Amino acid sequence: MPRVTSISGRVADFTGGVSAFEVEARTVRALIRELEARFPGLGEFVEDQMALAIDGEIFQDALGAGIGADSEIVLIPKIAGG
Amino acid sequence: MSDGNQGGVKLKVVGQRPVRPDGVDKVTGRAQFGADFHLPGMLTGRIKRSPHAHARIVSIDTSAAEKLAGVKAIVTSADFDAGAAGEVEAGESHAAMKEVAANCLAHGKVLYQGHAVAAVAATQPEIAAEALDLIEIIYEVLPHVIDVEAAMAPDSPVLHDDMFTKGVTPKPGKASNVAARHVMGRGDVAAAFKAAEVTVEGRYETAAVHQGYIEPHACVASWGADGQSTIWCSSQGQFLVRAMVAKILNMPLSDIKVIPAEIGGGFGGKTTVYLEPVALALSRKCGRPVKIVMSREEVFLASGPTSGAVMDVRLAATKTGKIIGAEMTLKYQAGAFQGSPVNLGCMTAFACYDVEALALVGYDVVSNRPKVAAYRAPGAPMAAFAVESAIDDLALKLGMDPIDLRLLNAVRDGAKTVYGATVRYSALVETLEAIKASPHYRTPVGNGQARGVAAGFWFNVGGESSAAVHVDEDGGVTVVSSNPDIGGSRASMAMMAAETLGLPIERVRCTVADTTSIGYSGSTGGSRVTFATGMAVVEAAQKVVADLKRRAAQTWECDVGHVDWKDGVATCTDPSKDVKPLSMKAIAGKSAKTGGPIAAEISLNAQGAAAGYGVHVCDLEIDAETGRTTVVRYTAAQDVGRAIHPAYVEGQLQGGAAQGIGWALNEEYVYGKSGLLENPSFLDYRMPVASDLPMIDTILIETKPNPRHPYGAKGVGEVPIVPPLAAVGNAVSRIVGKRMRSLPMSPAKVLAEMSK
Repeated sequence: MPRVTSISGRVADFTGGVSAFEVEARTVRALIRELEARFPGLGEFVEDQMALAIDGEIFQDALGAGIGADSEIVLIPKIAGG
Repeated sequence: MSDGNQGGVKLKVVGQRPVRPDGVDKVTGRAQFGADFHLPGMLTGRIKRSPHAHARIVSIDTSAAEKLAGVKAIVTSADFDAGAAGEVEAGESHAAMKEVAANCLAHGKVLYQGHAVAAVAATQPEIAAEALDLIEIIYEVLPHVIDVEAAMAPDSPVLHDDMFTKGVTPKPGKASNVAARHVMGRGDVAAAFKAAEVTVEGRYETAAVHQGYIEPHACVASWGADGQSTIWCSSQGQFLVRAMVAKILNMPLSDIKVIPAEIGGGFGGKTTVYLEPVALALSRKCGRPVKIVMSREEVFLASGPTSGAVMDVRLAATKTGKIIGAEMTLKYQAGAFQGSPVNLGCMTAFACYDVEALALVGYDVVSNRPKVAAYRAPGAPMAAFAVESAIDDLALKLGMDPIDLRLLNAVRDGAKTVYGATVRYSALVETLEAIKASPHYRTPVGNGQARGVAAGFWFNVGGESSAAVHVDEDGGVTVVSSNPDIGGSRASMAMMAAETLGLPIERVRCTVADTTSIGYSGSTGGSRVTFATGMAVVEAAQKVVADLKRRAAQTWECDVGHVDWKDGVATCTDPSKDVKPLSMKAIAGKSAKTGGPIAAEISLNAQGAAAGYGVHVCDLEIDAETGRTTVVRYTAAQDVGRAIHPAYVEGQLQGGAAQGIGWALNEEYVYGKSGLLENPSFLDYRMPVASDLPMIDTILIETKPNPRHPYGAKGVGEVPIVPPLAAVGNAVSRIVGKRMRSLPMSPAKVLAEMSK
């Protein structure tokens, strides 16, 4: 199953300190939904304010992106720049 | 999407150096910048600013000013929508709109000298200035705090009663100036230090520095009688300005049209608003257009510099030079409102190196300074100064060549970054090797001089972009871009379109559209435009090519599969057809007969922007009597994917290096005991000018084109400001004979260290 980890302390506020867990989602949209169901508020927070590193590649605002059966998903702060 | 490696395809336009399309207008003074717009009946707007670093606003009395003949409108924060809420994607983080609004016009408290409190619109500049004097504001002056560690102290004056440190468990019960604590890491750092054969450590400080764009913020805003408003302004994103103004003034987006002016530099500092909502609020009140232009003093006092920082770093290594662990604490100034780029500092600090065990803690700290804004590679240069200085210490301790030490530890494809991404398409190793093989590095250091080396990293981003390609009736092409051109994007957009269409660059023009004339785009920042908007341009051009082929097939009455498109000409490959090739001009000239105008617009959300790496080497000398440092030779090498217009890319490297050298040697916000800025002018805030610097040599590394971009482009604008602070610092430290840990390394500071 895809495994989610986070480097953000803000995420821990939603998960009660849990920093790694498995999900069933196969798209980013489904992941957001699953996060919201398991940790109320986290799905919305991730959708609005986080990016995802899926198997090492960074996705921002990409709800349609696919997630593999054994994907590694890291929740990271959105990156902008100057 | 085509393969960015373009295997075997010989590019004809991409990689060339055509004359820049905006150059003549800029050097002849014809370019229209934010302050150049004039409208009939236009008023002059001016801002009343706080003389205090920290004070409660007891009352604001505008009655005397309102009576002054020629004064048409006065606004305060009461004229903003009190419910301004939500967030807008901006420079270095999502900008909380309540705070952006309170930064544009103070609400309840002033939080730094220069904080805007009220604004006036009048028929003449002199009347506006007189009106400002007549606005009576009663303040209750409060204790202030300027420095980051003082602001973190338990007894510090607190700026925001409702700010509780995020990222701390349990949630604090007491308000604090520490807006957030960011923690990231991996591996067993304690074990790494226990196993270490060599360790180095140090505390490093950098000063707040300004982007120093040559054009001050400026705008004209005009409220229409029908509710439709127009803003002309210099910014890094017309859509971003529209979104922020709409939220602050509680207007529908469709009621605001933002027309981007030419921009005289931004570097991240124009990814927010200061004047636009104020000017439009004034115009809304009096029904006349209002122009506001900041003075240079206002730019320094009230627009965002980037954070000053205090950082502690420790490295654990083997005696062969392999870094096995590191820990770092970063404390960044956010200015008056939360939102320093400290999280990006944490993410980038060790991004060049493959280190197994890492522990980083970052603090986002408010104090009585102007709110920081994005500045090239936000958060990364300060962190790199600390880390690259520590690595230089390690090289000295081990007696290793600094490039060899970095090569030993450099990230390679497949390595894992501390923030979770896997390194892909990286050319850090090639960049280090290019510097090592460069004529500069192979030349012995001159007598009395010293050499410093440092590396740097930036993520680069993609995001939302739109572009259109219009074919004119004579076969020429107009590209419509959604992003202000701050670094040559009109040239690169036109070149990518020309390459895709098979046209000479002279037949393609590029223009930047207003918010009503093209689809949405994120701002020009994050080194994203050539990548993301370029992708939209190429896809639009590909769509046009498909349409041209379809029309040729229609003309020849053949299958479109038998139409070949090359060098701007359609050729029929159907052996049963005896037809002559059709040029772009021929097809465009008869477009009405084959389906109407030929055009395509693409909007997309680009993913897959590959990260970039840079390595800089700096030779310098120091006048032992004055302490003045002179850079005598400087080379910047960078992993650029593929350079669309190499001269512009070289210019980015040179500009980043120049700004970084200024950051290292001279630039700083200097505050007095009363919390007031003592150097808000270019006379006292010393930025390097051309005569201060040698020609900066550049090496473009193009061994790893980005396969997610049609022509292999990576962002290039941010990486080059990351290495210079430490490259200069490492060289200065060699001459001084001790580690220089505090920026800027001003003549006074250097002299003091040399005399110890």
